[in-house]
Amino acid sequence: MKYVDEFRDPEKAKTLVREIDAMVAGFVREGRCSNKRPLQIMEVCGGHTHSIFRYGIHRLLPEAVEFVHGPGCPVCVLPMGRVDDCVALAMRPEVIFTTFGDAMRVPGSKLSLLKAKAEGADVRMVYSPLDALQLARENPRREVIFFGLGFETTMPSTAMTVLQAKEEGIGNFSLFCNHITIIPTIKAILDSPDLHLDGFLGPGHVSMVIGTRIYGFIPAHYKKPITVAGFEPLDVLQSVYMVLKQIADGRCEVENQYGRIVPEDGNRAALKAIHEVFELRQFFEWRGLGSIDHSGVRVRDAYAEFDAERRFAVPNIRIADPKSCQCGEVLKGVIKPRECKVFGSACTPETPLGSLMVSSEGACAAYYHYGRIDTSALDRPRATNAQAADAKQESPAKAVA
Amino acid sequence: MNGQAAADVLPLAETASSVDRHAAGDRRPRAPRLRDTTINMAHGSGGKAMRDLIADIFVGTFDNPELSALEDQAVFSLAGLAAGGDRLAFTTDTYVVSPLFFPGGDIGTLAVAGTVNDLAVSGAKPLYLSCGVVLEEGLPVETLRRVAASMKRVADRAGVAIVTGDTKVVERGSADKLFVNTAGVGVIPRGISISAKNARPGDIVIINGCLGDHGAAILIARNQLALQSDVESDCRPLNSLVAAMLAACPGIHCLRDATRGGVATVLNEFAQSADVAIRIDEASIPIREEVKGACEILGLDPLYLANEGKLVAIVPRDDAEAVLAAMRAHPDGAESAIVGVVRESPEGIVSMRTVFGGERIVDMLVGEQLPRIC
Repeated sequence: MKYVDEFRDPEKAKTLVREIDAMVAGFVREGRCSNKRPLQIMEVCGGHTHSIFRYGIHRLLPEAVEFVHGPGCPVCVLPMGRVDDCVALAMRPEVIFTTFGDAMRVPGSKLSLLKAKAEGADVRMVYSPLDALQLARENPRREVIFFGLGFETTMPSTAMTVLQAKEEGIGNFSLFCNHITIIPTIKAILDSPDLHLDGFLGPGHVSMVIGTRIYGFIPAHYKKPITVAGFEPLDVLQSVYMVLKQIADGRCEVENQYGRIVPEDGNRAALKAIHEVFELRQFFEWRGLGSIDHSGVRVRDAYAEFDAERRFAVPNIRIADPKSCQCGEVLKGVIKPRECKVFGSACTPETPLGSLMVSSEGACAAYYHYGRIDTSALDRPRATNAQAADAKQESPAKAVA
Repeated sequence: MNGQAAADVLPLAETASSVDRHAAGDRRPRAPRLRDTTINMAHGSGGKAMRDLIADIFVGTFDNPELSALEDQAVFSLAGLAAGGDRLAFTTDTYVVSPLFFPGGDIGTLAVAGTVNDLAVSGAKPLYLSCGVVLEEGLPVETLRRVAASMKRVADRAGVAIVTGDTKVVERGSADKLFVNTAGVGVIPRGISISAKNARPGDIVIINGCLGDHGAAILIARNQLALQSDVESDCRPLNSLVAAMLAACPGIHCLRDATRGGVATVLNEFAQSADVAIRIDEASIPIREEVKGACEILGLDPLYLANEGKLVAIVPRDDAEAVLAAMRAHPDGAESAIVGVVRESPEGIVSMRTVFGGERIVDMLVGEQLPRIC
């Protein structure tokens, strides 16, 4: 923990905030942004969203810069139909359905896995796919299905587990594969016409696997700066500084703030396992974003015996998102969570309509838990140059939930 | 219950020692030792098997005159209770925990400490507990014996007697090994008025030590994580600590033990009951490194982890130093710390200044904390 605390040093944060303030004050003077028209930086990864709210990083920044919370929470982008498929699998009497904890509460059209469990399904929370494999060894007469989800961060451990199952010849283990891949997703966001992003914080854990080189198209084609960022509060703050510095310098590059973890070329062994087991799907359905080409992976034919979709009759239900749900617009950063029509009323953490309200990394849940009231009523830890420079502009009224 | 046993517990201030005296001056025959090694349905049937189980495990272990009378109820004199204060406190709690035994305690220590603490945080002096158990067919008798011994040990430490009880056995699969319910009564001394509604702007928030030990110990004991650690549950009765705090400041405004839902939940209850804001300072909150580490790995927040020996106190500003000093001088409060202040607004909201200098809302927990995927 001592090692971690170094990345939470408030004194270092103050220095960074001062420099960010000065830079943004310059932008405001130049008319490049204002409190009403802030620079928008998207953090792609849900882990960043969580850090930002947990440490109140958004409140340390001048108002002329804001975070847009991206689609990087794999639980959040799970469409309802896939959850219904999970429930259908879990309800089979021979099945032990295993899942990561935070997928338990994601609502399907009728049931979540948590509720399916109460209805009699054998649903078990695991911390790793290897736990699921162990359950398969211990319960040879049951079919153990692992609910694989996540970006490239969790893909290698799922792939390694399938390889292990094959090597040991474990016949009662299979994978319900819902893994998704980050690059097509970022492309889809960048291609969206209603988007006005000024830069990206790149996902840290995903990049540990896929490296940083792969993001080259973002500055090259879309002319947006990106900094791959770590998850401690100083990491996030420094990465914001680096993105802003690129803007100030008129540069557009892939930078790596998380160099202590993320190698330029990624992790070769992990990538090899991924490519051995998985291949791209034609398309994959996302909550709020619709179908995105080549954004999901499936199990290759060589490992078909471990593919739950081939072993069992998966209903493959497609269900439209609830009409009132604006998860898609939140995911693309078009609106803030509290601007959604049902935020805090029909959609709360107790009764989530959209999955952004479910996971602790979902932007809506983070807003609800950490920031739903007008924080100006609390002590403001800052009095910034940017605010002073922009004092005549009234800050946008913040809704009180 | 005969009048003699009731008279024996007077005066109330000597309840603990009167229990000891009876243990020493034993005039009852020792209970027969149960021969069975496993609980079966007969142990709940009302017949001889049940009588033997109760006599050996419960009456023998808990060892006090009220229980030994083997009536359907324990009886106390009103005058004896009235001597200790002017109000009764009465509470009940049911204990289910997996695993039954964990580092730092077991379901028995929880069942006594938990109910004692629920009484203590009203300012009451806890006196008598009941003990109801639901046993799953197949439970090793030795397990029950160990749990009863734990209950007795904690009851003695807290100075309470377990004076009445109930035993039920259910078929295998109908319950998970062993459930325990305890109810308790205590007497609140005149002049003590503790309520969640009493928090006032300017008051100081104090906790009596490191947060999340119990929750982390249970998580690790479940062994699903392949984590190893020395974290022990903080499970303990807090009535002695509360007595020391009230001696230092009889006007303590709010007290609550921070069990399920953790300190965050208690603070929210205070803020909402009294229509005040509470602001805590993350840097001042004591948390063990091991607990922090487990939380980092699992994506859990120690503010929401369960405790079984931690309380949150809200005290008038002028008394804060005296209360803190009294707490730190007590073995159950050596790591006590001032962690926050009560403010006027925004009403009903708990916020925290983070170690990083930012500020965030500390909300009520929704459902269970679920580990994050990555």
